[in-house]
Amino acid sequence: MNKKNLNILQVENLEMHFVQKNKRIKAINDVSFYVHKGETFGFVGESGCGKSATCKTILRLLPENGEVVRGSILYNGINLLEQSEKQMRKIRGKEIGMIFQEPMTALNPVLKIKEQMYEQFLGSDMTEQQKHDKAIEMLRLVGIPSPETRLNEYIHQYSGGMRQRAMIAVTLAAEPKLLLADEPTTALDVTIQDQIIRLIEALKEKLGMSMILITHDLGVVSEMCDRVAVMYAGSIVEMADTQTLFAYPRHPYTEGLMQSLPKDNGERGKLNPIQGMPPDLSRLEEGCSFFPRCKYASKVCGTTVPQLREIAQEHWVGCHHAEHMEHAIGLICLEDAQHREGRT
Amino acid sequence: MNNFSYVLKRFLQMIPVFIIVTVLVFLMIRLIPGDPARVILGEKAPLEKLAAKRVEMGLDKPLIVQFGIYLKDLVHLNFGESIRYNQPVVELLKVRLPVTLLLTLTSMFFTVLISIPLGYLAGMKKDKPADQVVRGFSLFGLSAPSFWVGMILLMIFSVHLKWFPINGWGADWGDRLKSLILPGLTSAIGVSALIVRNLRNNIVDIKQMDYVSFAKSKGVGRLRICLRHIIRNALIPTTTLLALKFLSVLGGSVVTETVFNLPGIGSLLVNSILARDYAVVQCLVLIFVVVVLVVNLLTDILYSVLDPRVTLQ
Amino acid sequence: MKIDPLQKLMQNKSLLIGSIIVLFLVVLAIVPSLFTSYDPIALDPTAILEPPSARHIMGTDEYGRDIWSRIVYGTRLDLLIGVGAMIVPMIMGTAIGLLSGYYGGKLDSLLMRILDVFMAFPYYVLAIGIVAILGAGTKNLFIAMWLVGWKEYTRLIRSEVMVVKNMEYIQAAKSLGYSDGKILFRHILPNVVSNSIVYGASDIVMCILAGASMSFLGLGVQLPTPEWGAIISGGRAYLSTAWWITVFPGVLLIISGLGFSLIGDGLSDLLRAEDH
Repeated sequence: MNKKNLNILQVENLEMHFVQKNKRIKAINDVSFYVHKGETFGFVGESGCGKSATCKTILRLLPENGEVVRGSILYNGINLLEQSEKQMRKIRGKEIGMIFQEPMTALNPVLKIKEQMYEQFLGSDMTEQQKHDKAIEMLRLVGIPSPETRLNEYIHQYSGGMRQRAMIAVTLAAEPKLLLADEPTTALDVTIQDQIIRLIEALKEKLGMSMILITHDLGVVSEMCDRVAVMYAGSIVEMADTQTLFAYPRHPYTEGLMQSLPKDNGERGKLNPIQGMPPDLSRLEEGCSFFPRCKYASKVCGTTVPQLREIAQEHWVGCHHAEHMEHAIGLICLEDAQHREGRT
Repeated sequence: MNNFSYVLKRFLQMIPVFIIVTVLVFLMIRLIPGDPARVILGEKAPLEKLAAKRVEMGLDKPLIVQFGIYLKDLVHLNFGESIRYNQPVVELLKVRLPVTLLLTLTSMFFTVLISIPLGYLAGMKKDKPADQVVRGFSLFGLSAPSFWVGMILLMIFSVHLKWFPINGWGADWGDRLKSLILPGLTSAIGVSALIVRNLRNNIVDIKQMDYVSFAKSKGVGRLRICLRHIIRNALIPTTTLLALKFLSVLGGSVVTETVFNLPGIGSLLVNSILARDYAVVQCLVLIFVVVVLVVNLLTDILYSVLDPRVTLQ
Repeated sequence: MKIDPLQKLMQNKSLLIGSIIVLFLVVLAIVPSLFTSYDPIALDPTAILEPPSARHIMGTDEYGRDIWSRIVYGTRLDLLIGVGAMIVPMIMGTAIGLLSGYYGGKLDSLLMRILDVFMAFPYYVLAIGIVAILGAGTKNLFIAMWLVGWKEYTRLIRSEVMVVKNMEYIQAAKSLGYSDGKILFRHILPNVVSNSIVYGASDIVMCILAGASMSFLGLGVQLPTPEWGAIISGGRAYLSTAWWITVFPGVLLIISGLGFSLIGDGLSDLLRAEDH
């Protein structure tokens, strides 16, 4: 793919399996994408589609049974898959940081926030005072009041909204260049979600980070992302810049996702969840993985795996019928997208 | 602080339990079927001796008066006289209690030494050969009776290899420590089996916690992950169990001391019951109960110190 | 999806091996005469302290009694102690836990204070204390173990009952006017009993070991009745000369402990699988 020098991250043909006793779960299937410097790249899809696994693979945080079968992950030109554990440790945190979904489980319950923040400064030559100042600055930055006392507290002593702020502060204390945010708002109250989204957005600008945002919430995507990849059953099925994707979705699954959104113009009903279940990743059959649920499927879909093709500039679709989808779905969704843009 | 009032509350709650136990221990000698004096002195004792014994034990007075006397003696730490050793129970305790405490501490030391590395290893290598071996050990330790393990150890290390003394308690402290090793190991094996199992399961659970992944995502080194994030958290429930198992080891001293002929309060309890030396039995039962109550309270406090999420209330 | 129980047993290795071991022990206990031709109690002055040989595969003791035969005839008593000292307290503890958890209030606090008192004794100290009052012997050993063993069941059952009794289906049953007895036994008991069954399997191991330990101390089964702990106790005097008296009964104790432990592990795996 192009503009290589501008990409902070370039993932190519990544394939990852979870190996279990007598089966292989193909969690990531031939996934390729890139993230420009300074942009926010979104991953959307149902849970279990491989978006979180992709994140964990980038940081090489897979559990023992996760096995990268092939592919490369280039971070500023370095292939992360070829780095030693020791080299990875230097990249984790300082170069690539990660925000987890649930702060209550991602922060160690029996260590003070201070200690968990200071872990970001291990190996640096900062003095105790500098560490303290930096930690206070971070808590202040994410909007936690009275940071001096908060620093010496445990995560369970924080209130709901403050918890996610604390984790963001801990992650960002190391000033990563690339931020992986794995469903950062899913576990939060609806009222707080918006605040956190805005906070992440603002900090990203302020610290000049690039970001990969994982979510199943298309609303968040349309608000925050420059470009989006839609994942299904371990593969990217569609990838484009956000406006194009919302205006001209070309994959039937993308269409399904958009139709399953509740419309917020007060119109009730017309919620169309996609029929059926995602396939069992240990038994992927011949053909398109979306075939059993697809209402536009034809014979070829059941026999041949569709390759991700660039059907317009920077608009990639993995569907045999992508070109013919224009009329089938474009019109339906355009209306929605316009409505959506009018709102933001 | 709040903690102090909790400890005070718990302490007050212990008092009724202690009082009931005291009553039970007092009644114990009176619950024995037949005449306690005859039980103590034997079937063939002459009548006048029996009568004298009854008066000496205060058995001719009303029950409530007897209890009053009993309580008064307790407060003055007067536990009566051992008929077997012909000396005050307090004197016996001065010699015997330290042996049991040392034995229990030695066992706990071995338990920690065995079970923490093994539990950690098994948890980190779940389902690998190392885990299978450790689980095998644990299954064995749970099924093997401690008196038998003790006798086998004696047979191997004392009788055949002659590394340790066969019998009892040495004359000087060097010998005494040596004679604590096998009995300490004996009770440690049974307790370790349980602790290893507990720690292994904790490690298996905690290893896949988000906070371990998150710490890794910060680039924290392996040693620090193990110590501060995995072991630190896994040890919270294990330490509590360990503290409670202190009591099993203490109670198990009854068996261990008998096997190894150690002059502690465990073997004293058994011998006193067989010899119907009831003053000693009463006193020892009370001591065991006090230790249990105190250790239970300390365990609660320890738990709240280890886990900041727990508040004492 | 119904799997037939036999198939389930075959898949659950712990349960399978454990059951085979226990089955073997049960056969030993029921028909000991099939496995040995020696009388476990009869003295034989011509065969004193003989090491294992073709004639006496596990040797003989100081009275010339065949050790293997004593072990085989002891199986019945040891299993009986294990199972008997588990089942009675299980029923007692479950009943107390049910009442305490279900009715709460004054009854609960009374029963819990009694529990506190019992919890204040280490296992052996309480058992020995009771034996001290009643006198040593097999019958009194059972009584002592019954009085000591019920506590854990009460705690397990009570805490579960407290959760279950507030569930909607119990409230519904109450509003339909079912009697307390019916609610307790038909609706609550089946839902709270599984944990104590798993605990019971490991408790049998504890009980076998504790019974043997008490007899070893001379406070349980009395000689010359064959019982594993008592046989081992007899070997103490011959530690340096006749190892076989000590070693073999212990092996049988371990094997039976292993059998019940494996059943316990298998059961808890089964229950965990059903939870998911």
